[in-house]
Amino acid sequence: MTEATFPHRHLLGIEGLGAQELNTILDLSERFLEIADRPIKKVPTLRGKTVINLFLEPSTRTRTSFELAAKRLSADAVNMSGSASSTVKGETLIDTAQNIDAMAPDVIVIRHAQAGAAMQIAKHVRAGVVNAGDGAHEHPTQALLDCSTIRAHKGKIAGNTVCIIGDIANSRVARSNIFALQTLGAKVRVAGPRTLLPLGIEAMGVEAFDRLEPALEGADVVMMLRIQTERQAIGRFPNTREYSRYFGLNRARLALAKPDAIVMHPGPMNRGVEISSELADGDRSVILEQVSRGVAVRMAVLYLMAGGAEAERP
Amino acid sequence: MTVSAANNKAFAMETLFLRGGRVLDPASGFDGQADVVISDGVIARIAPGAEAPAGARIVDCKGLWVTPGFIDLHVHLREPGQEYKEDIESGTRSAAAGGFTAVCAMPNTKPANDSRAVTELMVRRAAEVGVVRVYPIGAISLGLEGKTLSEMGELQEAGCVAVSDDGLPVMDIELMRRALEYARGFGLTVIQHCEDLTLSRGGAMHEGAVSTRAGIRAQPAAAESAMVARDLELVALTGARYHVAHISSAESIRLVREAKARGLPVTTEVTPHHLTLTDAACACYDTNTKMNPPLRPESDLEACRVGLADGTIDCIATDHAPHSPVEKDVEFEQAAFGVTGLETAIPLTLALVREGRMTPLTWVSRLTDAPARVLNLPGGKLSAGAVADVTIVDPEERWEVRASEMLSRSKNSPFVGQTMVGRAVMTIVGGRIAFAGERFGSNV
Repeated sequence: MTEATFPHRHLLGIEGLGAQELNTILDLSERFLEIADRPIKKVPTLRGKTVINLFLEPSTRTRTSFELAAKRLSADAVNMSGSASSTVKGETLIDTAQNIDAMAPDVIVIRHAQAGAAMQIAKHVRAGVVNAGDGAHEHPTQALLDCSTIRAHKGKIAGNTVCIIGDIANSRVARSNIFALQTLGAKVRVAGPRTLLPLGIEAMGVEAFDRLEPALEGADVVMMLRIQTERQAIGRFPNTREYSRYFGLNRARLALAKPDAIVMHPGPMNRGVEISSELADGDRSVILEQVSRGVAVRMAVLYLMAGGAEAERP
Repeated sequence: MTVSAANNKAFAMETLFLRGGRVLDPASGFDGQADVVISDGVIARIAPGAEAPAGARIVDCKGLWVTPGFIDLHVHLREPGQEYKEDIESGTRSAAAGGFTAVCAMPNTKPANDSRAVTELMVRRAAEVGVVRVYPIGAISLGLEGKTLSEMGELQEAGCVAVSDDGLPVMDIELMRRALEYARGFGLTVIQHCEDLTLSRGGAMHEGAVSTRAGIRAQPAAAESAMVARDLELVALTGARYHVAHISSAESIRLVREAKARGLPVTTEVTPHHLTLTDAACACYDTNTKMNPPLRPESDLEACRVGLADGTIDCIATDHAPHSPVEKDVEFEQAAFGVTGLETAIPLTLALVREGRMTPLTWVSRLTDAPARVLNLPGGKLSAGAVADVTIVDPEERWEVRASEMLSRSKNSPFVGQTMVGRAVMTIVGGRIAFAGERFGSNV
């Protein structure tokens, strides 16, 4: 394989990474993909390395994905969870980070309900920090696994039109994907009710639509986002029934996209709200493949963060 | 005025001879080289080539600006209740180091300054340990809760110079109307932190392209201007004196400009940081860039600079808001609003003079006679017979902001590590030296 060069200590977001760096991770993840098909799903690559999964916001699948990624590389993975903000416990976020760092982990994977938490922690620790989602800011490994999936189906990212639909305002998945897809040469459209399209989104280089139909026209990839009712301080749309009627993906709307367009969703899905069950389970759906590729992408990221360059290659 | 600081202590004070400085007194329009004689706590004489009185301490002011003492209408001294962030002693030392001879202390103490007892405590502590004058501002409502009017008459009697629920806007429009009417009867100005809370919803920064990219919950500029617009209707209704705290948006400034043209008794202030930093500074999640109102885009900063230069914005006020690491070393959205400001106000605002946007005399005015007029405070002028509150500024001194050298107990400044140009080198309160910079031998 080509030399894996990734000149960063942390993976805090996609913003600022170049195409070559993104491709380094994506190429590396392809090597790790087949490990899931082996009878013994484990390589000794990160033996003796410690990964702490610090999940301060409830999450099942992302945490499991990171944990599996670490274990399949033979790293020691420890999960720390909690939903409380650090301030509730009477210590600061920086205290929390420094306490964990004092146990000398090689990588800290952090999920946090508030934007910027990963970046703040990274400034105060020696370990490599991987952002596993910080508020409405970024979720870089999700964007990487989405790119990995698109690449597998479309051959490359460049030249594709990707339509991201739903709660753009509150979505870290949307932000990371906008950065990643544009860096890799795709055209990105975002669509949803005006209340969920954040002010100034066009400044990120995307085309914004308040109706689905024109956004879907000619799209190569349709990426649905979860409607996160729990994040909304005040109703941004009347109810899920009306949302589904105007902004849900169904067969008639998907027909506006290219005939070979694929349907993606970062999960967990609200079946019947943002996506019909028929499409979620249909042959255009690549949703479960996204999950599989997620583990391989996270293996690649952990490999690079935990001193992978000098570590044993798979 | 019944309130004053430690400078009233009755023992002989030395005579000062400020030699050869550029004297700037906006109240009289004087701008020229002169010597200033201070004795018995008052300005005895201002004249070029004056004779130094026998035994006077001679202060060489060559190349320095000699101005009336700076007045800050908006600081948080945190005493009583949050002395781990600041107290009257540390806060007034910080003020003196920043060139301020008088500060107005906001009422969001613990307990809130909504009663004579709290005001009297602040006045007493200021007299005991304060190194500059402290003018308390009383609460508009009991407990800053926005429900029941505070005892404004007694607050004023005890020493309050204005009322405000600062930090917590008065949302109830009828209560605001009654506050304006009642305060007017006592000659008190009502100061409002303008923010419609049902629109801002706790947004941690300005809503726009930067917040969208950073994924930070944000508040639109309209949350400020909507309340300015609402309150101006009430000012028209009541005829009461009204002051917009820390104005920050172009639209709010336009509204104030229009109201002044209509003759409404409205005034406003702007902070040094709202003249200096844009919302882009929040992109790195540095909690020392989080304050309320939030940092705005360049177009709003420009409106602030233009407004301050043309007088729509009456004065500069720091909104000095000390916080400890407990409030600041946390998630951005979780962090407390506010930054310290007393010790960096001079260099940050002097930039406007260097850029040719205002004359030195106008700049001094925005920090002296203008704020004095807003709340009808004594001071703000440098003329024979006036109380000797004097600030001496070196407009050229280059210095680095270091947390370890700040006199404020809290270090939450976004300017730590930056190089500044311009600094107070001596601050004189009532004829006594409250602060002396390195060139004059040290802190006093």
